[in-house]
Amino acid sequence: MADGKSASNPAASAAAAVDRRDTRNRWLLSAPALIILLFAAIGPLIIVVVYSFLKKGDYGGVEWQFSGDGWYSVILQKDIFTDAVTVADAHVSILLRSVKLSFFTTILALLFGFPTAYFIATRNEKSRELWLFLITIPFWTNLLIRTFAVMEVIRNEGIVNSLLLGLGVIDAPLQIMFTDFAVMMGLLYVYLPLMVLPLYASMERIDFRLVEAGYDLYATRWRVLRHVIFPLVKPGVIAGSILVFIPSLGAYVTPRVLGGGRNLMLGNLIEMQFGQGRNWPLGAALSITLMAIVMIALLLYVRNASKTEARHG
Amino acid sequence: MSAAVAVEAKNVSKIFGTAGAEVRALDNVSVTIRQNEFFTLLGPSGCGKTTLLRLIAGFEMPSEGSILLEGDEVAHLPPYKRHVNTVFQSYALFPHMTVAQNIAFGLEMLGKPKAEVQQTVAAMLKLVRMEELKDRRTSQISGGQQQRVALARALAPRPKVLLLDEPLSALDLKLRKEMQIELKRMQMETGITFIFVTHDQEEALTMSDRIAVMSKGKILQIGSPTEIYEHPTVRFVADFIGETNFIEAEVTQRIGGDGQIKLPSGVTISHPVAENVGVGAVVTLAIRPERIDLVRPGAEAHLNGKISNVVYFGTDTTFHVEIDGANKHVTARVQNRRGHQEVLKAGDAVGLRVAPDAMQILKD
Repeated sequence: MADGKSASNPAASAAAAVDRRDTRNRWLLSAPALIILLFAAIGPLIIVVVYSFLKKGDYGGVEWQFSGDGWYSVILQKDIFTDAVTVADAHVSILLRSVKLSFFTTILALLFGFPTAYFIATRNEKSRELWLFLITIPFWTNLLIRTFAVMEVIRNEGIVNSLLLGLGVIDAPLQIMFTDFAVMMGLLYVYLPLMVLPLYASMERIDFRLVEAGYDLYATRWRVLRHVIFPLVKPGVIAGSILVFIPSLGAYVTPRVLGGGRNLMLGNLIEMQFGQGRNWPLGAALSITLMAIVMIALLLYVRNASKTEARHG
Repeated sequence: MSAAVAVEAKNVSKIFGTAGAEVRALDNVSVTIRQNEFFTLLGPSGCGKTTLLRLIAGFEMPSEGSILLEGDEVAHLPPYKRHVNTVFQSYALFPHMTVAQNIAFGLEMLGKPKAEVQQTVAAMLKLVRMEELKDRRTSQISGGQQQRVALARALAPRPKVLLLDEPLSALDLKLRKEMQIELKRMQMETGITFIFVTHDQEEALTMSDRIAVMSKGKILQIGSPTEIYEHPTVRFVADFIGETNFIEAEVTQRIGGDGQIKLPSGVTISHPVAENVGVGAVVTLAIRPERIDLVRPGAEAHLNGKISNVVYFGTDTTFHVEIDGANKHVTARVQNRRGHQEVLKAGDAVGLRVAPDAMQILKD
């Protein structure tokens, strides 16, 4: 017994030393990323949280004095004359519009992205590469320029209206610009690749013999899609939806350009507080509200996804 | 009743690829498979056996010809409208479902009532002896167990025909032997027609009621395992299944259906020959190594020669014999029923004697 123990000891301590060294190396290797995260993400986040609890400065900025006003004005407002407290309709409607537009953008991206990804995943290797390359082309250009390009297409004198007028389908140009629809189209255009790519990644890994097995076991095309393909690409659906929903919710450029001044989203509202609104604490509080919405949406989504998973097995 | 037809392929051809680069995977194939039969399509890879199976399953459409399932034309029906199920080579089990859910899939798609589904799944789990693992994910069970689940899943909807695409090829030898017996048992218990695709001649011989040997898109011979093994009609079949010696011999005379055939040793034997074989024709005789007896050179022997090599296999010993006057060597296998006999060794002159019914004249 004692022999065995003493014999195994040097080996064990050597292994432990290797373990310790491994751990240290891992920390060293991840240190640069951790430092950047600390300074560029967590640091500013703490500043935002702190600012949201301070008093606003008269010309922007903050005064170092505790105040709940920022949070208070996220959904409530005080009438300047009567001091009557009412719900801030403007904020609530912008909030709801943001959630609504992001939600429908995500759904549309899924509807358009799913067949696209399926199409690419079922091509041969060579043409797959070509299609993926084509999908990434929009990323080569600046977002603002792309959004202006969309505007060229949908504005009153734009391509769509000229075409429809020319064909005699309509008598007067359709008002597409500065509508929720325009914003949603813009968001869809910008974020569709972020849906297609993760969907493709999970579809590419499907063993298409499973599809054959589905057909063999009396499942029609639709049922194979629903019971075989969809469950297998669910990780891609989740990833794609998250990648589309989150940036859509905080979108700034697209609603600004395509929605005009009327169809604001949360990103524009926040920007306004730091700009002409000169209400930094409110801006900070709105930012955190946005984050909270994202977190809640994510939690609901993931929980729902794992629940359906459990039901389907 | 037992002669009723399960599947019939009539003049089926399948051409893959586009004009110019065509591959004829099946070339005018006709075959009739009876109900309750264990029918095997045997051949080397690329012979078209899997293509024929996929045509019956409905994954491919024939380029020409028709496929009848119990008398009804199905060639252009999608797989989900054919009462036929497949056990895939890769099993193709649904990874997002448990064992029981996999087995229930086909029944659910057919819209069977819940109680019936549960009952059938339970019966299938019992049939393949997987009751205890029914709630496992398919990734959490071994290859042999996956094989059983694939089998249960395909049998659960009680198909008219079960198609098996080299289902045992991924298993190790011991498991494969077990599954051969299991498969045969399940076929007998369920009474379902099995069409089994394999390149393994031993698998084909041990399990099948009938075998179709395929090569280059054509069926060369259909018959029971003994017919295929004992009486191959063409060289490919004789060569592909088991070991065979080929001996060229000349027909010297014809008396009715029988021909006088002169062996390289000069010995003449009498053997039935086909109508179209005339006097002077050279025919090929196929002789299995285990049907050759080693005798003293001389009168008793059909062929004479010199032993060039002796290989001991444990159960039997193989003698390679250079045949006199034929520049050819013949393999003779002798069972070591009384242990290894070291009487004969390389260099010894020896005579070979073959039972008349062990000589098979080939058509080509």
